[in-house]
Amino acid sequence: MQSQATYNYNVVRQFSIMTVVWGVVGMLVGVIVAAQLVWPQLNLNEWLHFGRLRPLHTNGVIFAFGGCALFATSYFCVQRTCHTPLFAPWLASFTFWGWQAVIVLAVITLPLGLTTGKEYAELEWPIDILIAAVWVSYAVVFFGTIAKRKTSHIYVANWFFGGFILTVALLHIVNSAALPVTLTKSYSAYAGVQDAMVQWWYGHNAVGFFLTAGFLGMMYYFVPKQAERPVYSYRLSVVHFWALIFTYMWAGPHHLHYTALPDWTQSVGMIFSLILLAPSWGGMINGVMTLSGAWHKLRTDPILKFLITALSFYGMSTFEGPMMSIKTVNALSHYTDWTIGHVHSGALGWVAMISIGSMYYLIPRMYGKTQMYSVGLINAHFWIATIGIVLYIASMWIAGVMQGLMWRATNPDGTLTYSFVESVKASYPFWTIRLLGGVMFLTGMLIMFYNMVRTMAGEKAYEAPVVAPAAAHA
Amino acid sequence: MADFINGFWNAYVMGLVGLSLLFCLFVLVSNNKREKGPVELHGHVWDETLAEYNNPLPRWWLFLFLGTVIFAVVYLVMYPGFGNTKGALGWSSVGQYETEMRAANERYAPIFAKYQGMDVAAVAADEEARGAGKRLFVTYCAQCHGADARGAKGFPNLTDTAWNWGGEADTIKTTITGGRMGMMPPFGPSLGAEGVKDVANYVRSLSGLAHDSLRAQRGAEVFQQNCVACHGPEAKGTQAMGAPNLTDGDWLYGSSEATIMETVDKGRTNRMPGFGEFLGEAKIHLLASYVYGLSNKPAAK
Repeated sequence: MQSQATYNYNVVRQFSIMTVVWGVVGMLVGVIVAAQLVWPQLNLNEWLHFGRLRPLHTNGVIFAFGGCALFATSYFCVQRTCHTPLFAPWLASFTFWGWQAVIVLAVITLPLGLTTGKEYAELEWPIDILIAAVWVSYAVVFFGTIAKRKTSHIYVANWFFGGFILTVALLHIVNSAALPVTLTKSYSAYAGVQDAMVQWWYGHNAVGFFLTAGFLGMMYYFVPKQAERPVYSYRLSVVHFWALIFTYMWAGPHHLHYTALPDWTQSVGMIFSLILLAPSWGGMINGVMTLSGAWHKLRTDPILKFLITALSFYGMSTFEGPMMSIKTVNALSHYTDWTIGHVHSGALGWVAMISIGSMYYLIPRMYGKTQMYSVGLINAHFWIATIGIVLYIASMWIAGVMQGLMWRATNPDGTLTYSFVESVKASYPFWTIRLLGGVMFLTGMLIMFYNMVRTMAGEKAYEAPVVAPAAAHA
Repeated sequence: MADFINGFWNAYVMGLVGLSLLFCLFVLVSNNKREKGPVELHGHVWDETLAEYNNPLPRWWLFLFLGTVIFAVVYLVMYPGFGNTKGALGWSSVGQYETEMRAANERYAPIFAKYQGMDVAAVAADEEARGAGKRLFVTYCAQCHGADARGAKGFPNLTDTAWNWGGEADTIKTTITGGRMGMMPPFGPSLGAEGVKDVANYVRSLSGLAHDSLRAQRGAEVFQQNCVACHGPEAKGTQAMGAPNLTDGDWLYGSSEATIMETVDKGRTNRMPGFGEFLGEAKIHLLASYVYGLSNKPAAK
């Protein structure tokens, strides 16, 4: 049943290796900025200042680490579930080199202070154009591969990858629209509250599509593969897919509660954020319940531990998110470290854990093996990362709620009980615990890097033969 | 104020919000079949092993989803959100702000009003008033002047006796009420690099700091020609225009040769915002008394 053709593993391999490399780099910068909050004297000069390194950290972990993981897994999944090699392999190769160029340019320009000032869209216009070119090429490769598939139905993981690719193209192009002044400076096409709304429409959908839909695609391939069980419910995947992509689009205004944004926009943002709870949990249920009948595997398989823990954190942060979007809760949580904790329960707990688990599945297969160099090290990585996340999130929750309460505390004469700097001082212990959590998570990534290098050592790159699809309705 | 420039956008928003809510219900209802008998695989197989069961939607999840949609509809009835509708509760964020501010004013105004008739020096000597003044200061002024009022580079120290605009009770009040805009023009273009360095050395000599006496001598001439209009012939400053005294050893930006040269070369623009409208007379009276008391200790009188 097997033909002579092989899948294009080359580009998958390249992206997989760079996922781990950028993971280490991005998280190292995260640890540095966390340390700068504890020891402000670490702000050595303007290029290494918190204000410039922080966007480097976010871009590094979201677009370099997360982006490479999404490219790697989507290219792997779409070929294998369509039973055909990638469409336009040269274009796929361009997406790899183009994306690495974007990241290197970010690493250079952000510390130099070249920024649009839009959160998660800081890169200046020439880089934005390169991103758009890479992204459109990505879409051509992905949907081209879908178009020449050998199966009648499109596998559920590809719906999510496809939704993520299309939406991110739309978000990036609309939000980055700007008037260039020089090569390194531009002004947004939008002004005032419209600019803020477009920015957070982009910002929250970057979470919803880049960091959620894309990684759900990953989940739908690697969880059933690693568990060797069928997906729990096709029907549930249909409902939660459509509900998720339909409602995420509305959620952006919850970033602008109690601002100049009109009341109606804030209300609409809040109700759709609340509605998002169930569609999000649909993905968690479908992933976790896929394990029914195979729960015992969690005891021995650290990759499955990563994947299932990721789903647990996904469920937790998609419960927390809708709660934080309620205006009265937001009045306490907004602008505090609670938000940072929430983001990291999603970013470390969900995005990083699902990516790491998937990479542990993927990397050995890129070299014709089925297992990493050391399973013990995967296990060690799992525990050190999990404890790191718990320290991180718990300290940020406490710090965030404390800050929110301190800021709103008033004396009997209506004046504020605490000055701002008192809340900063009170946050130091928690920032130290957060740093410890971050260091642990980074240590886990370094273990992974070592494990990857040992897995690759002396091995030849492998290209798997294309598998003919099983007869339908088997 | 209407949020939409015309009725079309109102209808557009209503249409999209309504359709989105209906769509959520539609996907739920259209996929809510429950077959009898064992759950079967959906039929397709991908990549050798990937298959799907077709379990029904978990009931608790279905009700959770429906619950949030119902909440959304109720919320849109009660609050502004469905296009231009105002909501049954008549709530608005501006309305909430105004109500809360009114309530706060009614509650807190008497606390501050009782000092309004008293003389500034008397209020400054009153321990209870000092406590309230400090709390106001920490709330509104500490961001720039520091919680201890000792200032920072570019933000005046309020605890010493050096005043750019004057330290009398009424002047302090005027400063807080209307704010201040201090502006020294740049002299780099007209003096040239050497002239700037000369005058900086002269300025340093005024308060006995180490300086190059030859340069200071030349600088004195430059000073007489360019600086006396604001800083005065004796360099003791002019409080009416916020031009600082350069002889008192107090420095807003710093006394190093480099810093003074930067000041002369590029000039300085500094602004304190006015708080009159925001805080009202009673609070400003209390704040001014507190600031006055910082450098006019009642014990020293």
